Amino acid sequence: MTRALFTHLAKDLRIEWRSKDAINSMLFFALLVVVLFSISFDPRGAFAQEIAGGVLCVATMFASVSALNQAWAREIRHQVLDAQRMAPTSGAELFLAKVLANFIFVTIVQIALAPVFLVMYNLRVEGQAWLLALVLPLGTWALVANGTFFAALAIRSRNRELLLPLILFPIFLPALLAMVLATTSILTGDGDPTLWIKLLLGYDIIFTTVSLLLFDVVFHAE
Amino acid sequence: MKKLAIGLFPAITIVLMVWGYYQAIYVAPEEQTMHEAQRIFYYHVPSAMVAFLFFAVSLCGSIGYLAWRHSKPDLAQASDAWALAGAEVGVVFCTVVLITGPLWGRRAWGIWWTWDARLTTTLVLWLIYVSYLLLRRFAAGPQMQTLAAVLGIFGALDVPIVYMSNRWWRTQHPAPVFGGGPDSGIKDPAMLEAFGWNVLAWLCWGLLILFLRYRVERLHQQYAAAEAEEALTSA
Repeated sequence: MTRALFTHLAKDLRIEWRSKDAINSMLFFALLVVVLFSISFDPRGAFAQEIAGGVLCVATMFASVSALNQAWAREIRHQVLDAQRMAPTSGAELFLAKVLANFIFVTIVQIALAPVFLVMYNLRVEGQAWLLALVLPLGTWALVANGTFFAALAIRSRNRELLLPLILFPIFLPALLAMVLATTSILTGDGDPTLWIKLLLGYDIIFTTVSLLLFDVVFHAE
Repeated sequence: MKKLAIGLFPAITIVLMVWGYYQAIYVAPEEQTMHEAQRIFYYHVPSAMVAFLFFAVSLCGSIGYLAWRHSKPDLAQASDAWALAGAEVGVVFCTVVLITGPLWGRRAWGIWWTWDARLTTTLVLWLIYVSYLLLRRFAAGPQMQTLAAVLGIFGALDVPIVYMSNRWWRTQHPAPVFGGGPDSGIKDPAMLEAFGWNVLAWLCWGLLILFLRYRVERLHQQYAAAEAEEALTSA
């Protein structure tokens, strides 16, 4: 299981390291979204604390969609996807490697964006800051696992770039809700984020398992 | 005999709908706090029950298609037709729920909408099945059915969350009427009877539309298969 996984993962990371396409476009897009929201909602004082969690999550969401579309489109060129299908490894390993690679990219973007956020919204973490290190990865995993799966699903349709957000966002909504509420609760210090963290964890486990089980069906659908 | 049954079912459905209307609007007693506005309950709740049932039908169709697509192709096609019919008619009934709900809410609570767990998750459910229908429209080729079946299964994972939400979170939406706390359930037998008739009437109506949609989809599939075969043999 692990040998093929690391090969796929190393390949994706190497390609990204050489071109830096996905990370650059994601970073810039996320920054643009943050600025757009700041202009739309004028964050000041306590209000900024309330909306910062939501803005971060939505910015991450929109930014990831562009990277996710690219990830599979790259495989379709030069019939790489056909070669992958003929390989003796299971599709689930390719899927998991893609999810891990995308997870690393999105996390890098979030880490790069965090100081920008703290500065632009004048954020102070009122609750337990270490919980953020739990919430953000869980939420990002939910986004990236589902997103990679649905990107593979949408790859054969007419309007693939358009279809991915349309089918991803409704299913991702519960995780988004949990992520935003947990983050807001940690930033403002009101309420208890543990229910939402548990929901995120459950969501991640359920959807990652189902994605792994069903990926081969989608991969070999012909 | 079969034709007789097919002709009789719509007739019975219409009779039930008229009877249900009479029960809901005229026979059922007036409710204490909300008075006449409460009568929308006899449309709102049965529609929700039927929507959930049809989404379950869609899930079974999706699973059936994935299970049988190689071993029993014709059965798989029938399953796929059920999946599509269930999703479409389910979306219609879910739309009814999302329209009757705010109408009732505006009268009863003073607000059209709120983003509490129950309402939000029902809206999410509606969005998921609309996205399923969009995938069916946008995806092309023979693999469309496989991809749609997979998405149908993903979407169906949301359904338990919608149902449980009413029990996990204290919400604006009323607590469960049946099987809620110790004081739940409909106490007045006349109300219960009206509710029962309306559930039956809307279920029959929904089933009628579902069967019709299934038939139409099967005919589509058969024509498409016949066209494909003709193209193959004549070319």
